[in-house]
Amino acid sequence: MDRRTVFDGRLLPWLLLLPQLLLTLLFFYWPAAEAVRASLFTEDAFGQGSVFVGLDNFAALFADPLYLASVLRTVVFCFAVSVLAMAVALLLAVFADRAIAGRLVYRTLLIWPYAIAPAMSAVLFLFVLNPRIGLFGRWLNRHGFDWDYTLNGSQAMGMVIAAAAWKQVSYNVIFFLAGLQSIPRSVIEAARMDGARGWRRFRTITFPLLAPTTFFLLVVNIVYAAFDTFGLIYALTQGGPGKDTETLVIKVYRDGVINQDIGSSSAQSVVLMLGVIVVTALQFRFMGRRTAA
Amino acid sequence: MRARPDYLAHAVLCLGVALFALPVWLVFAGSTQDSNAIMRGELSLVPDLSNLGVYARVLAHGSMGTQPVWHMLMISLGMALGVACGKIAISVLSAYAVVFFRFPCRHAAFWLIFITLMLPVEVRIMPTYAVMADFRLINTFTGLWLPLIASATATLLFRQVFTAIPDELVEAARMDGAGPLRFLRDIALPVSAANIAALFVILFVLGWNQYLWPLLVATNPDLDTIVIGIVKMIGVETETDWAAVMATAVLALLPPVVVVVAMQHWFVAGLTEGEK
Amino acid sequence: MATLQIQGLRKSFGATEVLRRIDLSLADGEMLVIVGASGCGKSTLLRLVAGLETPTGGRVLIGGRDVTALDPAARDIAMVFQNYALYPHMSVFDNMAYGLRIRGLARADIARRVEAAAALLGLEGLLGRKPRQLSGGQRQRVAMGRAIVREPKLFLFDEPLSNLDAKLRVQMRAEIRRLQRRLGVTSLYVTHDQVEAMTLGDRLLILHEGRPAQLATPLDVFERPADTYVAGFVGSPTMNFLPGRLARDGDAVALDAGPLVALPHPCAGDRVILGIRPEHLTLGGTDLTLTVDLFEPLGSETLIHGRVAGTPVVVKAAGVVAPAETVMVGVQPAHCHLFDAASGRRVESTGDMESTGNGTGNGTGNGTGIGA
Repeated sequence: MDRRTVFDGRLLPWLLLLPQLLLTLLFFYWPAAEAVRASLFTEDAFGQGSVFVGLDNFAALFADPLYLASVLRTVVFCFAVSVLAMAVALLLAVFADRAIAGRLVYRTLLIWPYAIAPAMSAVLFLFVLNPRIGLFGRWLNRHGFDWDYTLNGSQAMGMVIAAAAWKQVSYNVIFFLAGLQSIPRSVIEAARMDGARGWRRFRTITFPLLAPTTFFLLVVNIVYAAFDTFGLIYALTQGGPGKDTETLVIKVYRDGVINQDIGSSSAQSVVLMLGVIVVTALQFRFMGRRTAA
Repeated sequence: MRARPDYLAHAVLCLGVALFALPVWLVFAGSTQDSNAIMRGELSLVPDLSNLGVYARVLAHGSMGTQPVWHMLMISLGMALGVACGKIAISVLSAYAVVFFRFPCRHAAFWLIFITLMLPVEVRIMPTYAVMADFRLINTFTGLWLPLIASATATLLFRQVFTAIPDELVEAARMDGAGPLRFLRDIALPVSAANIAALFVILFVLGWNQYLWPLLVATNPDLDTIVIGIVKMIGVETETDWAAVMATAVLALLPPVVVVVAMQHWFVAGLTEGEK
Repeated sequence: MATLQIQGLRKSFGATEVLRRIDLSLADGEMLVIVGASGCGKSTLLRLVAGLETPTGGRVLIGGRDVTALDPAARDIAMVFQNYALYPHMSVFDNMAYGLRIRGLARADIARRVEAAAALLGLEGLLGRKPRQLSGGQRQRVAMGRAIVREPKLFLFDEPLSNLDAKLRVQMRAEIRRLQRRLGVTSLYVTHDQVEAMTLGDRLLILHEGRPAQLATPLDVFERPADTYVAGFVGSPTMNFLPGRLARDGDAVALDAGPLVALPHPCAGDRVILGIRPEHLTLGGTDLTLTVDLFEPLGSETLIHGRVAGTPVVVKAAGVVAPAETVMVGVQPAHCHLFDAASGRRVESTGDMESTGNGTGNGTGNGTGIGA
């Protein structure tokens, strides 16, 4: 995708590139290289120096049942959040796309939650679902349902999934709406003439035509759930109770910052980096030059 | 033939809107209620409008050992603006270089930047922290936002925008005597104004909503952003001034929501442009 | 001194030779129209003169100065683009003033020039508007205004009318001609439309696959086309081509279809192609028998499509003609064109010294099919 008309110049483009290249080198490649380096070492028992241990940290990770549990937990979390956020968003987008009065108002009211920080989403959910002070949390307990996510692991997981999905719906709505609007009206009308109505038309025509958008959003949602939810989970449950909501990114933080286990934490970071690279590469392979913010 | 109003659509959409509005409304209502009452479990959906003074209190003094809220809001604002403006600035320059010039290693340079696309700071927190320490940027305001502007999302978008500028426009400008920098300033940037606006919204929200990085890089409470401040406030469940926390939450939500709503037209256009 | 001189200009893109040797000279104030089918190289030629492409060989001289190595902005030229290329975010005034500002002209000078150009083009009330608020014709005029204010030595037009609807095209065509005559600026105009070419040009350069097929006045191109390509390009409906052989010592052509057609002057050659325009075939003549395929009554005239022994022929008859299955037509010898069957080039009469099929070209290049 090169353009035909360009300017002459050899030095100028490098000068223009310099700021970003410099920052990328300093704050991305150097730390990434550092992480890789640190993952190959381990601190000795007295915290005095580091010993080269090759791939031992990685081996230890994959042998560690806690790590593997965390991986599983993260996978479950990511898919649950993605599917939930996308399903709700698709439902809303489909109805918002209809020619009804006030659709622009609805659109605004569905878009603004994009501005909410994941951590703020946690705060809001706290006020709704906290067993002692939350509006709905209290209601549940008063009506016989034993609701306390600070004690019950699966409730905690459900809660963070709900909070993370809730925050992400807005972003998905924007893209689903755009995707729906890019389906040519004539195709829908042809389907109507063929007698496909309602759910059938959605299932056989609309949804398949939305496939690129759906795939794109799936990738974005998974990455969001894996990384951007740190603040959300940490604010709500700190990864607890115990380790019940400890996703991989929380684990990296706990092991690295709190427990100061640099070697293991770096190894985990490297694994995460590789995972993201693979996912991004897959996405670009299948979608050409799609981009997103 | 007049169409029947689409009751189903309105019902579903109203439910959807309520789903998002309710928690926020609840927090607003709660901020005007009595903290002890809330602790006892009496949080209600009805606000007590005589109690709006909690906002003034919280702005001036913060709550339970945090900074005054206005101070934290300023820090957040500075960080959000730093991220938005910084990232737009360096991305425009990089994308312009890669699109409008032919030079050796052009593709390599672009890929170097492009690889950073999906790798959020969370994955490289520890070593990034180490680098910051080396540059003595820990506990500084610059350290809050500088590492966050390195990634490539904006560069990719600008690359697309610049590639789409019609050839004839460049040729006409050449005939008028405009060199590359003049063309950037007089034509390429104004023509991309809508994209810049959209990116500004996205990056502002991104910068405002950061949690992990500011948490790590600044232990000095003077540098607490509002998001960090709130999480600190709810840290201790007993003895929490819940009304104050709620008021702070409302204040924390306001600026990014205002930015998104005010600029939503460009924002939506800019977000979905790259997707098509 | 010629305003524009092109010497031996050539352009290849990789292995593809897009423009073969072109030599050209434009006098002061002359409007040369470069015309040809898509892909013939006309836009490339224009862009080479503009400096937007670098030639593979040859030189461009403007006002006696060798500009081949110079940037477009340094060549003292101005260009009107096909899609107007107006700066979308600037007002009409700013669009026209932009180049002058870069050159550092005083604000008063800029204002004076822009206002004068606006008055000339009827844009006075629109100076504050943005391009998206203008119609196609208005945008076209702003594009011209931008070129005019530069007061250049040479105007370049790159198919400026092809994006306008037919009616507007006719109107703008006249305006461009009027303007160019009034300003007296030497101009190079590229188009694929032969009507524009015929009405606008002082001279025409017809390009065919990168080669100059003919360089002559419009009338010369019409009356004495240099080869079958030019003959078929100009004039609508296209000239009829009938293959045959010279006979009677070059005094007549024995058409493959049968009949013998007398020629006004003797010619030399063997296998030839006789060219005759549809309007020069007279009904009721005795030379050709046309088997009719289609009658197209246009009111003022009738087009009769048919065949003469398999070769498609079109006749343009005045007024209304009653349909029939066959039609007899006569060939007017004075309007016959003879082309060599192998090369396609015009065959001139052996006894006729004045016919070089060149017209008023000054100097370089002869009119008849310039060789490689």
